[in-house]
Amino acid sequence: MANPMRIRASAKDGVTEVRVLMSHVMETGQRKDASGALIPAHFITELTAKHNDKVVLSAQFGPSVSTNPYLAFKFKGGAKGDKVTVGWTDNKGESRADEVQIS
Amino acid sequence: MRNALKPIAIVAALVMSHGTAVAQSTADDIAKYREMIADGNPSELFEMEGEELWKTPRGPMKATLEKCDLGMGPGVVKGASARMPRFFKDTGRVQDLESRLLTCMQTLQGIDPKLVIDGKFNSGERKTMAALVAYVVTHSKGDKVRVDMTNPQMKELYALGERAFYYRTGPMDFSCATCHGEDGKRIRLQDLPNLTKHEGAAAGWGSWPAYRVSNSQFWTMQHRLNDCFRQQRTAEPIYASDVTIALSVYMAAKANGGEVMTPGLKR
Amino acid sequence: MNRILIAPLALAVAVLSIPAHATSPEELDIRARQMMKDSFKDHGIAKTYRMLQLDFQQACSQAKPPSADVMKQIEAEQMKTIKWPADGKYFGDWKEGEKIAISGRGLTWTDKAGAENGGGCYNCHQLSHHEISYGTIGPSLLEYGKVRGNSDEIVKYTWGKLWNAKAYNACSNMPRNGDAGILTEDQIRHLMAYLFDPASPVNKR
Repeated sequence: MANPMRIRASAKDGVTEVRVLMSHVMETGQRKDASGALIPAHFITELTAKHNDKVVLSAQFGPSVSTNPYLAFKFKGGAKGDKVTVGWTDNKGESRADEVQIS
Repeated sequence: MRNALKPIAIVAALVMSHGTAVAQSTADDIAKYREMIADGNPSELFEMEGEELWKTPRGPMKATLEKCDLGMGPGVVKGASARMPRFFKDTGRVQDLESRLLTCMQTLQGIDPKLVIDGKFNSGERKTMAALVAYVVTHSKGDKVRVDMTNPQMKELYALGERAFYYRTGPMDFSCATCHGEDGKRIRLQDLPNLTKHEGAAAGWGSWPAYRVSNSQFWTMQHRLNDCFRQQRTAEPIYASDVTIALSVYMAAKANGGEVMTPGLKR
Repeated sequence: MNRILIAPLALAVAVLSIPAHATSPEELDIRARQMMKDSFKDHGIAKTYRMLQLDFQQACSQAKPPSADVMKQIEAEQMKTIKWPADGKYFGDWKEGEKIAISGRGLTWTDKAGAENGGGCYNCHQLSHHEISYGTIGPSLLEYGKVRGNSDEIVKYTWGKLWNAKAYNACSNMPRNGDAGILTEDQIRHLMAYLFDPASPVNKR
């Protein structure tokens, strides 16, 4: 199973800032290993962030994003104690979702 | 590799148009880039993993590391790595963070230190070690380097570390001092801290262990020293061997009073 | 007379006796050398015999360089190791030389035996007008041939310096490329061309 994300969410003046650090190899499929064999592509393709049950961000990722991607965004609304959920799916069909409370 | 490519491409573009004022602007750009990603330092992922491992019963004795004494009393992590290496009465020797963690893993969990000492970086128990280190050093961030140089064993290791630092050997006649003995030097575009002075030692010792953006790995100080010797073209230093402790004492003593910025974020 | 002598002696004894079991510098030297053997292991082509110092390496292993006399003696000995080109041919192909100057590969435990080593010149020196990724441990060699000309003297000196830098400065940071078998004679010829050829980017803007 994929490793957990680190998510921070804080609300201030009616705006919530979310910062997400994901644990993922993000292989492009173009690199070669020591023996010269191609390392198969393995990267996040889709990401969704929800405030309680409402989608506030959906994104398509590709192989040009770095290993262990970092994502920061803001959305209007949100209050202390509300749930923020971030989930991703990768090209191998693996997925991971983590949840935090807004601080 | 590829993570570092983008900022370098930007740097190269700047260079084309500005000609000679390049070196400084390159260093500035790298600093800016570091600042940009510092907020999302992926070493946090290793720290999370380390915290989990610290609290997970492991090894033949199925115990956690929560009673591990890093010098501040059993289980105390806060500020511990800022005061290491230090002399430990129970083992009768000076230990750096990693050799001390080996002691804890052995005595509390029954894990054979050989699994780490003879292991490979980024795999098996050495990978576990790196995560544990990330967890521990994060809890000294913002502290000051405070190693006890009044201790006679520490003094002796400092003297040995200094000798190791200047020890020239191997097919290229290099020592640590070849690259880290003068102010304001670079290898290629990489700035080299002068580890013989407080300022450089504080910058170097204070910012390792670190996450390396170029290979997405978390490097402990043992790992860092190992790669320094690789590039010196010496034989391989044995994990947690005397030379690694002596050099750590030498650097930490020079850095004493400097800020702990661990885990760092490196190229 | 006697009284004058006794006083400083007594003082010296007192100073020495304060750290009761402190190790002497000579003892520490011996222990440090032992540590440099015991703390290392073989890995690939990087064997533990690499931890044994040559005489000059040991002489150059302090913060301060050795005395001028010792330096001169080392330089004279190292001068004897330089192999001059038998056919009098000092120059190869600057294009090959550039590749050697850029490559910093070779001789680490992750390198294979028998692989061709790089010169690693750019790690420490500025050389050409267009390579901006250069180190500063050594002096800038930009426009090396253009500035220095190509007299027999400078050509010979440069060959010697590339072969064994310690012949000119006992504790130089620069490796003994020829003497230590880091580079072949042909590779050194290519580097010579890179430094001197008017068409080389070292000299041509």
